[in-house]
Amino acid sequence: MIKTLLSGDLPRSRLLSGLLVLILATLAAAPLLFPGAQAINTAAKICVFVVLVASYDLLLGYTGIVSFAHTMFYGLGGYGVGLALYSWGPTWASALAGLTIALFAGLALAFLIGLFSLRVRAIFFAMVTLAVASAFAILAAQLSSFTGGEDGRSFRIPELLRADALIELPFVGPITGRTITYYVVFLSALASFLGALRIVNSPFGRVLQAIRENDFRAEALGYRTIFYRTSANCLAAGMAVFAGALNSLWFRYTGPDTTLSFAIMLDILLMVVIGGMGTMYGAVIGATLFIVAQNYLQKLMGAAAKSTEALPLLPHLLHPDRWLLWLGVLFVLSVYFFPTGIVGKLRQG
Amino acid sequence: MSRPVLETKGLTIRFGGHVAVDSVSAAFHAGTLTAIVGPNGAGKTTYFNLISGQLSATAGSVLIDGVEVTNFGAARRARSGIGRAFQLTNLFPNLTVHENVRLAVQARAGGGANIFSRWDSRRDWIKQADRFIEAANLTDKHATAAMALPHGDKRKLEVAIMMALEPHVFMFDEPTAGMSVDDVPVILDLIKKLKAGGDKTILLVEHKMEVVKSLADRILVLHNGRLVADGDPAKVIGSTVVQAAYLGIPAGRRRPGEAPHG
Repeated sequence: MIKTLLSGDLPRSRLLSGLLVLILATLAAAPLLFPGAQAINTAAKICVFVVLVASYDLLLGYTGIVSFAHTMFYGLGGYGVGLALYSWGPTWASALAGLTIALFAGLALAFLIGLFSLRVRAIFFAMVTLAVASAFAILAAQLSSFTGGEDGRSFRIPELLRADALIELPFVGPITGRTITYYVVFLSALASFLGALRIVNSPFGRVLQAIRENDFRAEALGYRTIFYRTSANCLAAGMAVFAGALNSLWFRYTGPDTTLSFAIMLDILLMVVIGGMGTMYGAVIGATLFIVAQNYLQKLMGAAAKSTEALPLLPHLLHPDRWLLWLGVLFVLSVYFFPTGIVGKLRQG
Repeated sequence: MSRPVLETKGLTIRFGGHVAVDSVSAAFHAGTLTAIVGPNGAGKTTYFNLISGQLSATAGSVLIDGVEVTNFGAARRARSGIGRAFQLTNLFPNLTVHENVRLAVQARAGGGANIFSRWDSRRDWIKQADRFIEAANLTDKHATAAMALPHGDKRKLEVAIMMALEPHVFMFDEPTAGMSVDDVPVILDLIKKLKAGGDKTILLVEHKMEVVKSLADRILVLHNGRLVADGDPAKVIGSTVVQAAYLGIPAGRRRPGEAPHG
């Protein structure tokens, strides 16, 4: 049963299995465990990023394609659902319509980018994605009457999902719409992740790996590499659109800084690399670690700075404003010591 | 004679001013093993690349079963029945031996685009892959990553991948190059078995003359990109053009006991 759900691709490390079960259990029980808004926001963000990072791993880790346009697709999903709810009212129909439009737009864009530039050298593809993504981000910021410009758009979500909605469930008691929204996000993320795991462990997924390993040989076996690369690009884009939609649903806001910025693209890259490229489980580990660090490292450092107040220099280094510096140090160390990522390291035993 | 399985007509490729393969016309029939020999730089591998589609010809054409495939890419030619084992080992380094062969079985079966089923649920593909791995004497290493294999095993895997494609035309490019004495017979046995089937079209680039003599039904000699001899092994090997091509000196001035080699 578990083997079928995981498509036969088991974690293959006790520690890794333990970590994954811990993360899954914590995320599943998050609304019960943490009453605070920050904790539940962090949990939801982890769910969204697991999907986003897993889709990027499909591209980078499995197919060997370096793309910088992943946030564009993420943004398409975010804006698609966000603007639909904003303009057409907070109904399920408009959310679904927004998602559908964003999915089609994302797939079309991914298909075009793939078809025109995946034939040529990898560096060229990376540059094209960078250019298209930048253009898209500028467009989103400039079309302010439509997208809300730099400020983005806040919107209302369907009634059932709002914080003031109270639903009586048998055996459980009353739960708020916020909790329902969380479980929508959590279960969608879980399903998407298992879907991605199935894709990479399908015959198609093995061809992607073959292309990553030796595209020349894959071609000589009769696999049209352009078809497989473009398909992978479209699948990853579709998943990123979906992640963006989940993000909008949870935060009830969409804007360039939360979905389209290059900083997020870098975060995604870091999460894939820290977790372990080409492992899928690396997406879970990488996203969880990174987002927890992003949200709690500052607090931790604040406390550390306070406790070392008496010492010279140290409190300055530990000042919460320096959290990015320490994150950078952690990143350099992790890449140096775990070149295959945390999952790769754990699997080595 | 029946229609050739593979045919090249005036096949030519130019790199700048250099003509690497110069108007080579030859037809290859089922049940024949043709050895292609010639000194280094004669254009043997380039000729192979033109046939299997890694390079596109400047002029001339390639026909498979009478169908012109000159404008097809490598993938489409592979699907038309051209199988290629490369001279420089060309594997999927981080995948296991089994996965390497399995990808060829899957390519042949045409199931690569399936994203829903599980890779490990196709027992028939697994069995087929295991059969080819066994034939190449690699069964005990089926779970080893290709990059971790010793050179001889890599060469065997290279051949096993092509075998698993079950093509109409088998193209071996120096299959025993750099192999240890123990490993060579495994590859030669594979080729012999293939040949014994009697219906396969086999092309073999090989430098070792004793191998060529023992296997070939026909020899093509390339020299400076041109086809200089084509025919029965015994006659071709003894011919003066061949000795001239190999040694760069007119035949007859060759010192006694010196064997032609690459």
